[in-house]
Amino acid sequence: MDATLISIGLDPLTAKITSMVIISVIVLLAFVTIGGILTLVERRISGFMQSRLGPNRVGPQGALQWVADGVKLILKEDLIPEGADRKLFRIAPYFCLVGIFGTMVVFPWGKGVIVADLNVGLFYFISITALVVFGVLMAGWSSNNKWSLLGGMRAAAQIVSYEIPVGMSLLVPILISGTLSMGGIMASQGWLPWEWMVFKSPFAVLSFIIFFIGSLAEANRTPFDLPEAESELVSGYCTEYSGFRYAVFFLSEWANLFVLGGLTTSVFLGGGNLPGALEGFTILSVLVYLAKVAVVIFVVIWLRWTLPRFRIDQLMSLSWKYLLPGAFIAFLGQAAYMLLTQHTPIVQSIIAVLMFLVFVFVLIRFGLKVRVSINEQRIPVNSPASNVS
Amino acid sequence: MKTLYNKFESDNIVLTSLDHLVNLARANSMWYLLFSTACCGIELMQTGGPRGDLERFGSAPRAVPRTADLMLVAGTITLKMAERVKILYEQMAEPRYVISMGSCANSGGLFQSAYSVLDGVDRVIPVDIYLPGCPPRPEALLSALIDLQKKVKKEPYFRKKK
Repeated sequence: MDATLISIGLDPLTAKITSMVIISVIVLLAFVTIGGILTLVERRISGFMQSRLGPNRVGPQGALQWVADGVKLILKEDLIPEGADRKLFRIAPYFCLVGIFGTMVVFPWGKGVIVADLNVGLFYFISITALVVFGVLMAGWSSNNKWSLLGGMRAAAQIVSYEIPVGMSLLVPILISGTLSMGGIMASQGWLPWEWMVFKSPFAVLSFIIFFIGSLAEANRTPFDLPEAESELVSGYCTEYSGFRYAVFFLSEWANLFVLGGLTTSVFLGGGNLPGALEGFTILSVLVYLAKVAVVIFVVIWLRWTLPRFRIDQLMSLSWKYLLPGAFIAFLGQAAYMLLTQHTPIVQSIIAVLMFLVFVFVLIRFGLKVRVSINEQRIPVNSPASNVS
Repeated sequence: MKTLYNKFESDNIVLTSLDHLVNLARANSMWYLLFSTACCGIELMQTGGPRGDLERFGSAPRAVPRTADLMLVAGTITLKMAERVKILYEQMAEPRYVISMGSCANSGGLFQSAYSVLDGVDRVIPVDIYLPGCPPRPEALLSALIDLQKKVKKEPYFRKKK
């Protein structure tokens, strides 16, 4: 990008700044579009899971529903409640937005498609998402509303506690790949499923499970959506927000879902790696990456519409009593495993293939069980077949 | 309080076509406030369920008045509740709409002239659509929503009301 701009006659500094601005505008637009589309995807999938249709009036199959929602939210009145801390109230949503948007810097969209491949990429990823806690806490505190305050406090306690198991479990991929850069972690995996990070050892599977549960909690997804529990706190920390400021919270929440899927995919599920013969097809690599992210996002939405919500003490005990020791075991176990098998790579690959076969077996068993209920759901409500029982 | 709602005096081609687009978006994204006081609330839940499915029209249920556009007053309003109805209505951000659902919200219905019942919710808040029935079926509520969408599409958003 820089080189192209210099060749058309710009001096290096201007070229650098121009390319930075262009890249950040592209990434911001992608971010907003993804956040918007994911709200629609979530509503359609929830409709499917509840035998409904979901939004289908705006555009083909409701594809432009998110645009309608966005326009409406921007045009609505921007209320600031009486007694609120006006400055904090106004600035809080942007902390959430920056916390999520900042991760896009090290987001590996595919092989070689990355804004900046920092050598501390993963570390940066974990630390910049901590800004969300500030946003949530500021929103809760400044609203001058008891529900907001409770929601903000819960969110802060939850995100801070779950940051520790997530950080600890990410040490296992770092041990295996020997680097903190997102590109490096992706390059240390292959395109075949048994070359992915998650199947590299039994301890990698353990760390993947802990990481996935922990990042669900960090993204405030069900079953850990206590900060916004409708039945207890009206809407948690964003109770008093309306109009555009609410839209910013809304957007960053769903973009966070994409970031969760992206981090899981690039660290554990092989990222956008392609087979050797197809090396160099960047667009194909991005598509493979996005397909994997879509699968992870579907699983997360599926969990949301299946599981009930935890109680706050159960949430805390899960993190401190089970996930944190589990993450320690995974870390130490992986270190010992690497020490024992470092001279026999053949044993490592046999174990990886075995782990993959076990996963396929579990998947098939699960699919057979689920198929029965899906088939039952497909019978239309008023047909004679549905009145048998 | 910064909003473009009814800010412009003049009537010209740019504003009218912008109005059309904006109203299309607003009409298809009527988030409703979860507020029910009596048996009409059961019909409201049924309308959100698989057979009625309000969400087809882009209407998501909201627990918060701040982000809701539409208040469905579902059920009998007692005098004590009337204060809360007014507070909830005032907490909603402009532009906001009200559907008065069922006979009780329209006029007091079965309990009209009782010592503790408000004779029609339009005595405390402005109502856009009156929906008769005791209680109205989910289909009737859907048609009320569609009527409200038609009303919203005809409204001037940027221009002052004449």
